[in-house]
Amino acid sequence: MPTVYVNDKPVEIGTGKLNCIQAAGLGGVLIPSYCWHEALTVVASCRMCLVEVGDRKPDGTVVMQPKVVPGCQTPVKDGTVIVTGEYDKRDPAAAALNYPADYTKGGKPGERAKKSQADTLEGLLINHPLDCPVCDKAGECKLQDFSYKYGRAETRMVDEKNTPPNKPALSSKITLFTDRCIMCTRCVRFTREISGTAELQVVGRAHHEEIDVFPGRPLENKLAGNVVDLCPVGALGSKDFLYKQRVWYLKTADGVCSRCSTGCSTYTDTNKDIVYRLRPRVNPEAQGHFMCDEGRYGYHFANSGERFVRPMVKTDGRFKPAPWTQVGAQLRQEVAAAVGQAAAGFAAVLSPFLTVEEAFLYASYFKRLAKEVPLVLGPVPVVGADDRYPKNVKGEPVEPTKFVIRAEKCPNRRGVEAVLMHFQGAVIPFADVVRDALPAMWFAGGYPVKEHVEEAFPADWKAPALLVAQDLFPTLLTASAKYILPATAAFEKEGTFVNHAGLAQSFPRAVRPPQEARTELQLAFDLLGRRGLAQPGAIRAELAAAVPFFAPLAGVVPQNGVKVG
Amino acid sequence: MPYEPILLARVAQPDSHRLEGYRADGGYATFERALKDLKPEQVVAQVKDSGLRGRGGAGFPTGLKWTFLPKDHPGPIYLCVNADESEPCTYNNRILMEKDPHQVLEGIMLACYAFKSQKAFFYVRYEYGDAFRTLQAAVDELYAAGLLGQNILGSGFTLDVVLHRGAGAYICGEETGLIESLEGKRAWPRIKPPFPAIEGAFRKPTIVNNVETLACVTQIMKRGIDWFKSLGVPPDPKNPRDAGSYGPKLYTIAGHVNDPKCVELPMGITIRELVEQHGGGVWKGRKAKAVNPGGLSMGYVNVETKLKDSDLTEYDIPLDFNGPGRVACLGLGTAAVTVIDDHTSMVDVLHNTCQFFSHESCGQCTPCREGTGWMLKITDRMRRGQGRKEDLDILVDVADRIGIMPGTTICGLADGAGWPVKTAIRKFRAEFEAAIKSGEKSKYAKTLSVVGAH
Repeated sequence: MPTVYVNDKPVEIGTGKLNCIQAAGLGGVLIPSYCWHEALTVVASCRMCLVEVGDRKPDGTVVMQPKVVPGCQTPVKDGTVIVTGEYDKRDPAAAALNYPADYTKGGKPGERAKKSQADTLEGLLINHPLDCPVCDKAGECKLQDFSYKYGRAETRMVDEKNTPPNKPALSSKITLFTDRCIMCTRCVRFTREISGTAELQVVGRAHHEEIDVFPGRPLENKLAGNVVDLCPVGALGSKDFLYKQRVWYLKTADGVCSRCSTGCSTYTDTNKDIVYRLRPRVNPEAQGHFMCDEGRYGYHFANSGERFVRPMVKTDGRFKPAPWTQVGAQLRQEVAAAVGQAAAGFAAVLSPFLTVEEAFLYASYFKRLAKEVPLVLGPVPVVGADDRYPKNVKGEPVEPTKFVIRAEKCPNRRGVEAVLMHFQGAVIPFADVVRDALPAMWFAGGYPVKEHVEEAFPADWKAPALLVAQDLFPTLLTASAKYILPATAAFEKEGTFVNHAGLAQSFPRAVRPPQEARTELQLAFDLLGRRGLAQPGAIRAELAAAVPFFAPLAGVVPQNGVKVG
Repeated sequence: MPYEPILLARVAQPDSHRLEGYRADGGYATFERALKDLKPEQVVAQVKDSGLRGRGGAGFPTGLKWTFLPKDHPGPIYLCVNADESEPCTYNNRILMEKDPHQVLEGIMLACYAFKSQKAFFYVRYEYGDAFRTLQAAVDELYAAGLLGQNILGSGFTLDVVLHRGAGAYICGEETGLIESLEGKRAWPRIKPPFPAIEGAFRKPTIVNNVETLACVTQIMKRGIDWFKSLGVPPDPKNPRDAGSYGPKLYTIAGHVNDPKCVELPMGITIRELVEQHGGGVWKGRKAKAVNPGGLSMGYVNVETKLKDSDLTEYDIPLDFNGPGRVACLGLGTAAVTVIDDHTSMVDVLHNTCQFFSHESCGQCTPCREGTGWMLKITDRMRRGQGRKEDLDILVDVADRIGIMPGTTICGLADGAGWPVKTAIRKFRAEFEAAIKSGEKSKYAKTLSVVGAH
């Protein structure tokens, strides 16, 4: 097994091609860096990851290189010795290597790397405005973190700083605080290598260089928001999030984006039950390092004031709020009666926005009422074609594909279909039932875009006598319902989505449902007559036991998800 | 006996840039002979055995560089001719290109024949309009004469020479910066390895050679190894890593001298001889204070400072590949000697130096980008009479820590930016301290404007 020595500690690196940063990371040692990013090419220009390296020969002698080298650019192999600036904080259990006598030239191992890093930070701060109190990045800023950890306490710079003008017109969604930029060029490389759209570039030279776009060619592509995450400092700011929250107030929960069938892993940043920001969570199984702007800015629906927040019953042609205790009992009665009259005429519509646990409980409920109740897959919104990145100058996708925004704008079609297949051996598409005049329908929706619901209904659609519409927003459907139930957004519930490739990702709840809204899971749980609070984990285990398709979901689902089917 | 120039032998002739005249002087006979009689490996061996070291600044052995190309590579292999001669006060390549382009072109042809390259890119800096036009005419003449193009003289050897005009940036003279610029990108030097000989222009093996180096190749192939080794300085027997400084060298003399010019001399002439005998001495009857031994980035020598155990001063160091290094300069560089007289303030000199490098830093690596800018700001303040004592230490600290020598940058521009700063302050510290103490403003109150549209 190839072994490298990180601050004297032997670390097995396996067969992968790693650089010093990655190898040190395996050994639990952080080598700070700005320009290096796993998904982008190496430029080795920020000079923050400087380390001392050498080779340990099989006979135990060590040969060290005379100068510091950038860790990002230096590949490791069996016997590589890495000495970082934090050598003095090394693991005391590791035996010191047999360093050559002339290696440190009177100093200690790691001192040169440490000084080089401090020097780099001093350089980075020379023209940095140090406006952390008004900077959105403060609190999650690598320049702050590393300056605190590796930098000098005081500046020696007494001259005027460069103050290039800010560039709010860089993009409709992104602004550039030019003076904060440390020229790591991650954003430039992202637009060249991942989106392929190449809007960003470096202009000027030396300490007057800046990130910019060509005049009249702003940074507008569907992946542009990622440059804000990539920016290690507060230079690129998301206009969507700017000045909304100080990041130390935010609570972060893992999430899965619900806006297309890629099912990007995300972080959901919230405060006081309001979602403020979505960020991609690295998941090689799902999407990689990034997420698209549709998903990133697609959380606003959850905070919308138009949402249904309590159940309502139509009485005398008008919707009146009603308490859950009353609605629950009424629903159970009316649904049982309708199924009793004509089970085959009662369409139970389960949308691809439901989690698999919710679909499972709903399906169990309806099929328990009568085997003949048709379980229908709700409208599956498809917009255009899959959008593949990177693109070339003509906007055509280029191989190898690095990111796909899928045309199917829902997170869990495959999961809901698998539930339906289990219960009735077939998936009934929504178009098959919407044509017929049905006596009763339960529509479990949860569509963030109301047009996606309305487009699925023909103009001459006749509403059933008993229509239970559970959705986020008022639509033509809810207008003709007898019962309107509030649906919940993906952030407001715990559950599991199965993406286009059959990857099941479980996610926790990030915020509580608004006002009196209850999760679909809890409602189905109540309808089934079970007592107490619905525990998604327990139901997931039940599902995994009952449906072979979901067997891999038994036990703890790994953070990166698990393939089902 | 005065030295008879070889590389510059033809520059004074009328129409020296024409093919006709070059052929009349025996031009291209060497190339034709090589095509007919020599194997490519023999050409490589002859250049390698001559001990020729690159004339661009770093002094890397040329023949050795050629052998770094992958063996039996299916091609293409490229030659990039570095004519981005941007080091201040350096114009030795310019004279060759304007006055004797065929000598350089023959060197290109020999080099390409040697390492089986079928394409040479001649990267000429933007400011050299005359050189570019002269070269273009010379290349056109060669195509017309059948000396370039497909199947040259029926030998089966094919070579195209492409002239490329830069856009005016010092960094394009760095070999990988040049390659990036040639590829149409921003001239940001590449991280090495891979070195260009393995992966260079358009991701193919590439050799980057200086114009004067290639002119030397022509003469080595024409006159032989013994002639080349009869000139210059043999290796220092005490230094096993010294490859010697053989051959003729073009020295340019600039600054405060009576007769600034480019002269060809065997390697190893001292600065004093060069300035006094060839540059006509220091102007206006003054004395020299500091000398830049080989382009701005090599640092300064103090004319007064005595060498150890000797009556000689730093003024007497030989201008070979080792000489300037003995007095803490970076190296021979481009052998462009700039003389600064004793009426000039070193504060102004240093400020001007810093202005150049902070303007020309490509801005890729943090230490160089911010370091050069910071040094400019400090020296600018010193020039305005507001220097502080600690500024000198900061300048030396910053100058010491930027560059490939400490390992903090990708290319050598930062070393070149730091060297003049640290040598000036270390060697003229008393003058700087006095200037700071007096608080006097520079006589040149206004900042010198930077010329050029870039």
